[in-house]
Amino acid sequence: MIEIGLGHYLTLGAIIFFLGVLGIFLNRKNVIVILMSIELILLAVNINLISFSIFSGDILGQVFTMLTLTVAAAEAAIGLAIIVMFYRNKGSIRVEDIHEMKG
Amino acid sequence: MINLNIIAPEIFLFLSIATLLMIGVFKQNSYSLILNLSFLSLIGTGFLIFLNFGVNEILLESFISDPLSSFSKILISLSCLFVLFSSQRFVKDKNISKFEYPIIILLSVLGMFFMVSSNDLILFYLGLELQSLSLYILASFDRKNIKSAESGIKYFVLSALSSGLLLYGCSLLYGFTGSTNFELIKNSLNSGNIGAVFAMVFILVGLAFKISAVPFHMWTPDVYEGAPTSITSFFAIVPKVAGLVALIRFMDSPFKNILEEWQIIIIFISVASMILGAVAAIGQKNIKRLMAYSSIGHIGYILAGVATGTNSGYSSSLIYMSIYAVMNLGAFSCIYLMKKNGEYVEEISNLSGISKDRPVLAISFLIIFFSLAGIPPLGGFFAKFYVFMSVIESKMYVLATIGLLTTVISAFYYLKIIKTIYFDGNKFKLDDSKSLSVNGTLFMSCFILITFFLYPSILNSLIYNLFG
Repeated sequence: MIEIGLGHYLTLGAIIFFLGVLGIFLNRKNVIVILMSIELILLAVNINLISFSIFSGDILGQVFTMLTLTVAAAEAAIGLAIIVMFYRNKGSIRVEDIHEMKG
Repeated sequence: MINLNIIAPEIFLFLSIATLLMIGVFKQNSYSLILNLSFLSLIGTGFLIFLNFGVNEILLESFISDPLSSFSKILISLSCLFVLFSSQRFVKDKNISKFEYPIIILLSVLGMFFMVSSNDLILFYLGLELQSLSLYILASFDRKNIKSAESGIKYFVLSALSSGLLLYGCSLLYGFTGSTNFELIKNSLNSGNIGAVFAMVFILVGLAFKISAVPFHMWTPDVYEGAPTSITSFFAIVPKVAGLVALIRFMDSPFKNILEEWQIIIIFISVASMILGAVAAIGQKNIKRLMAYSSIGHIGYILAGVATGTNSGYSSSLIYMSIYAVMNLGAFSCIYLMKKNGEYVEEISNLSGISKDRPVLAISFLIIFFSLAGIPPLGGFFAKFYVFMSVIESKMYVLATIGLLTTVISAFYYLKIIKTIYFDGNKFKLDDSKSLSVNGTLFMSCFILITFFLYPSILNSLIYNLFG
């Protein structure tokens, strides 16, 4: 049996984090997918914080996690509101359609 | 016993925001009332900060009140006051005079207050997010306008990404040092700790994004152009002060022992910002986009002062930041006055030959753009002078040379606008403006820039004393 240690959790966190970052840059279709990627990034951080907290026996990391969750919820709400507002103006939320300003 | 006096400005600001929100909800058409009350609450907050000036205390190990934080809070609330004051007319004309507008601005100011006086990663992150969440809303405040909506989306996506990177850095820093407190992090850090250096890079990326330094500047031109001009002037001044002070605090407190790794990155960012700010602005036709590239360039000079890692370097970049705030207030007041047939215009070509029928506006443009270009004896020259002095004192000759070269290049596009105003044919006629608030702000800004050379020591000695 493999012993699951801190390194495994950190690797999982790093993988999810980079999936989120890649999701933002490679996605060419829908803005909602970007919102999901941002959520992935924040949740990867939570995995990091909790595993550090558990393995060092310090409660602060878990407190930080609760606050991060709150912030993530607020961020998703504001992001969705902005996307709805964009849709009302443009009639589309495809990433290619966000090109009013260039230069 | 907990001394609540040192957090009194924040408590007062929060209570007034809550009160204003209640008034806004229960009273119809309360925009002007709330705007005036928010002036009052900013002044009250400023007064409370003033009472705390010189206090050097830490509350509950996480909230620090020292001269640096008090000074930056006063700078933040003053510039926010003038941004709100000078944009009154614009906000009315653009029909974005909702009661939420001053309240959200005050909320982001509250976030910045926590950013500049945090002594703990958790408090820092929460302050930063309170500021960013308010800024997302502000960028897309003109919700019937597609450009504003688009700038909101762009700012949201990129800023959320950078907050995510910063938070990842915070989590690694917590893991590798075992604490979120700046003092404890400082004590357990050394350059052998690879994980912490890795975390430092992530945190620096997040901070560089907030002050729009290259290579994390890509949101700046689009957001500056798309957002309503009043919000653009807020973006150009206030969050940058907070971001700069947070950067200095990170460098001074938790990362003091890995200063060399940190310095290399800051030097790179500074050089890249100076060069991009000088070169990319040349072809711009929209004055708000031009101001965006100009602000990127100015951030480059400010970071050159930070890169020295000495107290005189930090002081010089704070002096630069204060003068930059004054110059930008003036520049945006000029932009509010670019009004043709009742419509606000942003193309630089509209300024062609306005010196004939608007001599006062033309001379204000002249003063402010000369100051932005760094021509003596205006304030902008002294700002650059102090920064380059401290850079040369730290024997970073290459950085100083590149800075001087880019100053020359960037003078080109500032002078091009002056040339358009004074020597091109008079094709358009701008509307007359009798708005007292805009003209007053413009006059104040020009007055400070012209007379700064008489008593530079007022600001200098104040700022040099902040760093003990």
